[in-house]
Amino acid sequence: MMSSLIKKIGGGLVMAMISLFAHAEHQINFPAPVTEIGRQVYDLHIITMWIIVGIAVVVYGAMFWSLLKHRKSVGYKPATFSHSTALEIIWTTIPFIILIAMAYPATKSVIAMKDTSNADMTVKVTGYQWKWEYDYQQDGFKFMSVLSTPRDQIEGKEAKGADYLLEVDNPMVVPVNKKVRVLLTANDVIHAWWMPEFGVKQDAIPGFIRDTWFKVEKPGTYRGQCAELCGKDHGFMPIVVVAKEQADYDKWVAEQKAKAAAAADTGKDRSKEELVAAGEKIYAANCAGCHQPHGEGMPPVFPALAGSKIVNGPAAGQIDIVMNGKPGTAMPAFAKQMSDGDVAAVITFTRNSWGNKAGDVVQASEIKASRK
Amino acid sequence: MEHGHDHHPSGIMRWVTTTNHKDIGSLYLWFSLCMFFFAGTLALGIRLELFQPGMQFMQPQTFNQLTTLHGLIMVFGAIMPAFVGFANWQIPLMIGAPDMALPRLNNWSFWLLPVAATLLVTSFFVPGGPIAGGWTLYPPLYMQNGISGDMTIFAVHILGMSSILGSINIIVTIMNMRAPGMTYMKMPLFVWTWFITAYLLIAVMPVLAGAVTMMLTDRHFDTHFFDASGGGDPVMFQHIFWFFGHPEVYIMILPAFGIVSSIIPTFARKPLFGYTSMVYATASIAILSMVVWAHHMYTVGMPVTAQLYFMYATMLIAVPTGVKVFNWLATMWQGAMTFETPMLFSIGFVALFTLGGFTGIVLAMVPVDVQLQDSYYVVAHFHYVLVSGSLFTLFAGAYYWLPKWTGHMYDEKLGKLHFWLSMIGFNLTFFPQHFLGLAGMPRRIPDYALQFADFNRMSSIGAFIFGTTQLIFVYVVIKCIRGGAPAGDKPWEGADTLEWTVPSPAPYHTFETPPVVK
Repeated sequence: MMSSLIKKIGGGLVMAMISLFAHAEHQINFPAPVTEIGRQVYDLHIITMWIIVGIAVVVYGAMFWSLLKHRKSVGYKPATFSHSTALEIIWTTIPFIILIAMAYPATKSVIAMKDTSNADMTVKVTGYQWKWEYDYQQDGFKFMSVLSTPRDQIEGKEAKGADYLLEVDNPMVVPVNKKVRVLLTANDVIHAWWMPEFGVKQDAIPGFIRDTWFKVEKPGTYRGQCAELCGKDHGFMPIVVVAKEQADYDKWVAEQKAKAAAAADTGKDRSKEELVAAGEKIYAANCAGCHQPHGEGMPPVFPALAGSKIVNGPAAGQIDIVMNGKPGTAMPAFAKQMSDGDVAAVITFTRNSWGNKAGDVVQASEIKASRK
Repeated sequence: MEHGHDHHPSGIMRWVTTTNHKDIGSLYLWFSLCMFFFAGTLALGIRLELFQPGMQFMQPQTFNQLTTLHGLIMVFGAIMPAFVGFANWQIPLMIGAPDMALPRLNNWSFWLLPVAATLLVTSFFVPGGPIAGGWTLYPPLYMQNGISGDMTIFAVHILGMSSILGSINIIVTIMNMRAPGMTYMKMPLFVWTWFITAYLLIAVMPVLAGAVTMMLTDRHFDTHFFDASGGGDPVMFQHIFWFFGHPEVYIMILPAFGIVSSIIPTFARKPLFGYTSMVYATASIAILSMVVWAHHMYTVGMPVTAQLYFMYATMLIAVPTGVKVFNWLATMWQGAMTFETPMLFSIGFVALFTLGGFTGIVLAMVPVDVQLQDSYYVVAHFHYVLVSGSLFTLFAGAYYWLPKWTGHMYDEKLGKLHFWLSMIGFNLTFFPQHFLGLAGMPRRIPDYALQFADFNRMSSIGAFIFGTTQLIFVYVVIKCIRGGAPAGDKPWEGADTLEWTVPSPAPYHTFETPPVVK
């Protein structure tokens, strides 16, 4: 009776699994690598798996043979042996030899992974709660890269796109067949930059700079995610790298330089309407994650801005918090992340929205002055 | 036989003031069972949110709180106290001692636990909720916790104290109270594994206490141990944490090895194969466990020499661990096996722990681990060694000794049902997670890309099967306490350790006159 019940339950589960897979596209191995290191990792994993399968056949084979044959119900009489020095030496030595055989290729790969010398270009990547900054120092521009999946998709109010949670507004762009050295650090907590197709994962640690490298062999768009728990929106800070042919890459660099020059213009004074309009976008991208779209916050961890004493108080107090952050909380210092114009716009926006009645205008020049 | 002097207060005061190893053992086991269900419910919350893509049931912050508290409470509230419960009940019975060497300390070690658990559980009701940065407590993220950050630090301190006191008691008992004739190399393997585990605990719990104390002073007294802007280093915390954390993994598995090494010979009706090499393998695993910690940190950016050293040392652990598995197999080989519930859980343990060991070898290799670090592959790996490792042996041990503890046989049919449903639910939950990790799904995320949907759905279904199955266990235990076929002194024909020489249920005081071991 017991066994028939087990069979029924087991059968039901098998059916459930089959129906789950009927229309499924699922991946059961690493994504196809596009770098030399990625390929080494892939191969190493495959070799290891085969060795494991070999060992498993022997171990589970012996186990199931014994379970079937050496049971009391078939009248087997127990043996009395309790040790065998020869056997014990064999099964200590053989695993040891197998391990040495596995360690050899692994060692070669480790050394190759850590060799960041002779790079063709360097990009500094900084992790923020919860976005990435890509700084092309040699070309003099940098930008933030933020999740671009709409909130409505996450909350199930509209259909999810193909690249759900793996899409950003500004991807990192690199040329193919060039050794790119990545310098990693973080602004607030530890993050990790993970690009599965490249075989690259490196923690970004605040106050320290670590480096890693990759050389992409195939043009394309590659998607990864932050791999180190970094607070509430850890699951919402993807990494997108677009690898382009050199000519396309050069064109992209020229565009970015032009954009950077245009952005410098926001340093001049603007009208209240212009500042509020610009600030609303900046708020949505940088602040709404914690302080919420309508400034209601999530007290007590993330304070409300609507009706806040600081936002309705003197501008200097709010400028100080936005620029320098609040130690011991998730509020970051935006001084290094944002231009004067952007800080001015977002502060002006918050002081004139959701019933906040400060009513004043904060200009880029005031932010510039506060930097001293 | 008349036991004239087993007077003890009745009602609640019996349990508050008890210094009896059996009472305290039961307290530990009931406590851990409650914590197991609490932390298990948190896990079901996690799997509920992950059943399909999108955020349906909770805020991301709440999700992080669930993963964090699930880990902390399972490790410190469920698995560790359960093994201490077994130690309390079984070590005196297995070495022929009348009680633990330090009974009042024993009472105190237990009653610290509910205090720590209260701090952890009530942190759900303080402003900001419980901590959310993962059970590994990494700074600087930890600094962003509210008051629950301090509550957790104190809870860890108290849990550490309880573990250290309990370990001292176990070591002193084993060293001084063995029955005449029981030399060290005649001790049952469960006693040996706990002897070694207790040393590990004393070695590493103070290290964790030190790390969280540094965090406490960073939070409140303006020190900067882990803050780079003040000259500190957040990675230093990880080194200190894992210097505790890796031995901790073995603290949770070595006593499990001991339980399985008692059960398999009993039901194979054949002596344990390679007793001596089992003892040495346990000791070498314990020693190696203290020199491999940074394999949890391959992606922090260590120098190449450090990465290579930690890789080689980690791979080395496979050798003594392999020896253990081979010894269990050789014990089963040519035995006359029967498959009662304790044996089923033990065989399940050997099979699935071996699988967890295999993925351990994969993860030991730096280049592959760099891909898999902080992915679901790691989640699958450590649940294979912790759930089908530690938890399955706890069930095996409970079914094995319940007749001795209660005097009744448990319900064998329900026990087997518990095993098979656990086996199915567990594998359905965690096997697909290997694939998720390989395909690139990070751990500790509340929502995921669409390509991960199928395996997550399977995993969630498995988790609910596994979770509800555990209610069968509670029912079996309560039924067994209330009645059932009388167990007799020795319900298992193949058992030969000292606890089976006393009546069932074991009287309040046993071995007042020490037995003589030949």
